[in-house]
Amino acid sequence: MTGVAHDETAYAPPSEVPEEELYHPKTFIGKYIWSQDAKVIAIQYSLTAIGIGIVALVLSGIMRLQLGFPDTFSFIDPSAYLQYVTMHGMIMVVYLLTALFLGGFGNYLIPLMCGARDMVFPYLNMLSYWVYLLAVLILVASFFVPGGTTGSGWTLYPPQSILQGTPGSNWGIILMLVSLAFFIIGFTMGGLNYIVTVLQARARGMTLMRLPLTVWGIFMATILALLAFPALFVSAIMMLLDHTLGTSFFMPAIMSMGEQLDYEGGSPVLFQHLFWFFGHPEVYIVALPAFGIVSDLISIHARKNIFGYRMMVWAIIAIGALSFVVWAHHMYVSGMNPLFGFFFATTTLIIAIPTALKVYNWVLTLWRGNIRLTVPMLFAIGFVFTFINGGLTGLFLGNVVVDVPLSDTYFVVAHFHMVMAVSPVLVIFGAIYHWYPKITGRMLNDTLGKFHFWATFLGTYAIYYPMHYLGFLGVPRRYYAMGNTDFIPESAQAVNASITIAALFVGVIQLVFFYNLIVSYFRGKASGGNPWEATTLEWQTPDTPPKHGNFGAELPIVYRWAYDYSVPGADLDYIPQNQPPKQTSQRDEDAQ
Amino acid sequence: MSTQVPGNPEDFPNDGLESLVADWASDQKTFKNVSWGKAMMWIFLLSDTFIFTSFLTGYMTVRMSTTVPWPNSSEVFALTIAGNHIPLLLIAIMTFILISSSGTMAMAVKFGYEKNRKVCGILMLITAAFGASFVGMQIFEWTKLIVEEGVRPWGNPMGAAQFGSTFFMITGFHGVHVSIGVIFLVIVAVKVLRGSIELGRPGFLTGRKGNYGMVETMGLYWHFVDLVWVFIFAFFYLW
Ligand code: HEM
Ligand SMILES: [Cu+2]
Repeated sequence: MTGVAHDETAYAPPSEVPEEELYHPKTFIGKYIWSQDAKVIAIQYSLTAIGIGIVALVLSGIMRLQLGFPDTFSFIDPSAYLQYVTMHGMIMVVYLLTALFLGGFGNYLIPLMCGARDMVFPYLNMLSYWVYLLAVLILVASFFVPGGTTGSGWTLYPPQSILQGTPGSNWGIILMLVSLAFFIIGFTMGGLNYIVTVLQARARGMTLMRLPLTVWGIFMATILALLAFPALFVSAIMMLLDHTLGTSFFMPAIMSMGEQLDYEGGSPVLFQHLFWFFGHPEVYIVALPAFGIVSDLISIHARKNIFGYRMMVWAIIAIGALSFVVWAHHMYVSGMNPLFGFFFATTTLIIAIPTALKVYNWVLTLWRGNIRLTVPMLFAIGFVFTFINGGLTGLFLGNVVVDVPLSDTYFVVAHFHMVMAVSPVLVIFGAIYHWYPKITGRMLNDTLGKFHFWATFLGTYAIYYPMHYLGFLGVPRRYYAMGNTDFIPESAQAVNASITIAALFVGVIQLVFFYNLIVSYFRGKASGGNPWEATTLEWQTPDTPPKHGNFGAELPIVYRWAYDYSVPGADLDYIPQNQPPKQTSQRDEDAQ
Repeated sequence: MSTQVPGNPEDFPNDGLESLVADWASDQKTFKNVSWGKAMMWIFLLSDTFIFTSFLTGYMTVRMSTTVPWPNSSEVFALTIAGNHIPLLLIAIMTFILISSSGTMAMAVKFGYEKNRKVCGILMLITAAFGASFVGMQIFEWTKLIVEEGVRPWGNPMGAAQFGSTFFMITGFHGVHVSIGVIFLVIVAVKVLRGSIELGRPGFLTGRKGNYGMVETMGLYWHFVDLVWVFIFAFFYLW
């Protein structure tokens, strides 16, 4: 190392990627509306996703009103209830979580964390948002067409989803399918950007194994999405044809309302296979970014390097790969060959291994860390709790014999809300508290944040914990009212009422969060560039919020991984990724 | 974690597994000599492969699940020319044309990299013409099926209704791919012929400069569409 040691850039290989050609608009519209800056696109995505997410939240509140206090609200009739269930589920999973994690966090963080000026195809990236917005608008339109939205459940199973008698079987389902198709097209435009940016546009010195886990999670989730959404796209097209042209892809010969229909010879189970080939990876499309983000939150706020970084990366990859071979665990009661059930139960339990490994690593990162109980850290720890909880009930449902009686009961509702609703949402909250200072230059209010955390965390437990019990009692899912189900004791109604009160409370509490977001934007404490003393590149930008192009005149050069916290002998308890090694520290490390 | 240099590309081994590992372990770019556009196209095609695979899987499933016999494809897709009944004639011609267009496309890429913009542009236009004639023949085939044979998406006189539905859906989806390809081929060809690439003129939509890599990216897409056709051909006409 003699001779070159004085020139610190010699620790990184020469530049291979040419400077990106950026298009700097002058007008307000060019900067903030038709923007090609990934950061602005990220905000557009996030605001749209949160906006439509609020609709889904309100729908869940209305459903809870009906379940908690049946016969009290005349405007909720059985078909309206089914429509609310459907739209709630679909919006939450696809239009909120997928869009927010990938379109929102992906766009904001990938270029910054990789040390790139922008996404590699800014124009395509811009289109991606506008197509997504179009998809959302079509979805919203379906509330206003004659017959209203579809009420077939978010799984849209045919035959019932397109037969008379299901709410919204005329226009609702058509708009739903068209909207999904547009969502997928828009997402593909963005997804190509995220992948190519991670693979081909990193900063000097930024190897894949120096990337923060946030990027790894989003990256892998994007790959899953690009390979899983095609199945949904195809099934949407086939169902549209069944509905509009009268083809029989999914429709067997069938009697409806006393009439023999013109369908013949199609396969409803084919739809289920295609849907879940998308549907199961979708769970991980939502979970992997959450895993990645939470790893970074825990490491940063515990001032400790993440435990087993390489293991974490490989676990993400393994989970991603395995998630394509477990889909039929959603179809144990669809009349499959029992041997299939055996195969899919086995793969399902295998996927628990890398997942559990990640949980252990989070806990071991916390172990003897210098934990700062900031609001993002609270949410991260809350996530670990709810995720373990949901993961354990997943082991129940993964086994065929246990799943058969529990299938379509509230146990399932409790399970998936714990694992893929509450957990990712907690991470989203944590991530917003964490990166808000970078996005706006101001801190969110701490007291309000802590209140928000405790109310949400405890509130969601009050909502979902009792649901496991309801499931054991046999309370069925997607039911408007109990009717003559004698095996369910009267007391179940009391539980339902208490769940509803908790749900309404949690829903209303979110106003505190929105209040905090808005007021802090104007009055929040100035944050400076790196309030959490983090190592990753997004905190080292010359401006906060970062300008278009992210890094000022010179792109950063990366000399180390993302987790140099509390390094013995270092001046501070964190070393930014782009801090050049001092000559002495180089010798020190060699000696160690 | 150590702060060592992640390796200079010049020190990398040039062949085999080792260089693969070295590329994935390096900084900046994972695929060293691959442009952004080309990487994007490869990934897009991978995703598109899943779309066509889903379509074909759906086709195979309904073909097996339907209770009515499947029409005999070599009968249905036969042309009668001068009194002779020739099975699969039209499809043979269509396939031949599409495969030839892959050849002209490959040549266009070569001349593009040699900066021979006239030949490159003309070859791309020829490719586009092949593609357009393919679509034209497909329209002819569809018209014949619909008008003469009475095949409809919801049923047909020869047998299982799914025959028409899968056929129109899958060849239609492929035809849309070809048509989009033709449009973009013409656009890129015009760009090349006008010399926009040499002059570094910004693109109409994106406002960014082009390069001859675009021709290759376009070519990747085109070869893919051909390859998919081979599968559709095998599954629909030969099974
Ligand atoms: C306070 C927040 C929430 C409440 C109170 C809530 C409540 C409910 C209720 C009452 C149902 C209908 C159960 C039934 O009748 O079968 C439901 C279904 C569902 N929820 Fe939530 N939910 C919340 C948040 C979320 C989130 C964040 C997600 C995101 C993944 C989500 C995903 C779903 C899905 C996929 C369904 C199934 C829809 C269907 O059966 O078609 N929920 N939720
Ligand atoms: Cu699953």
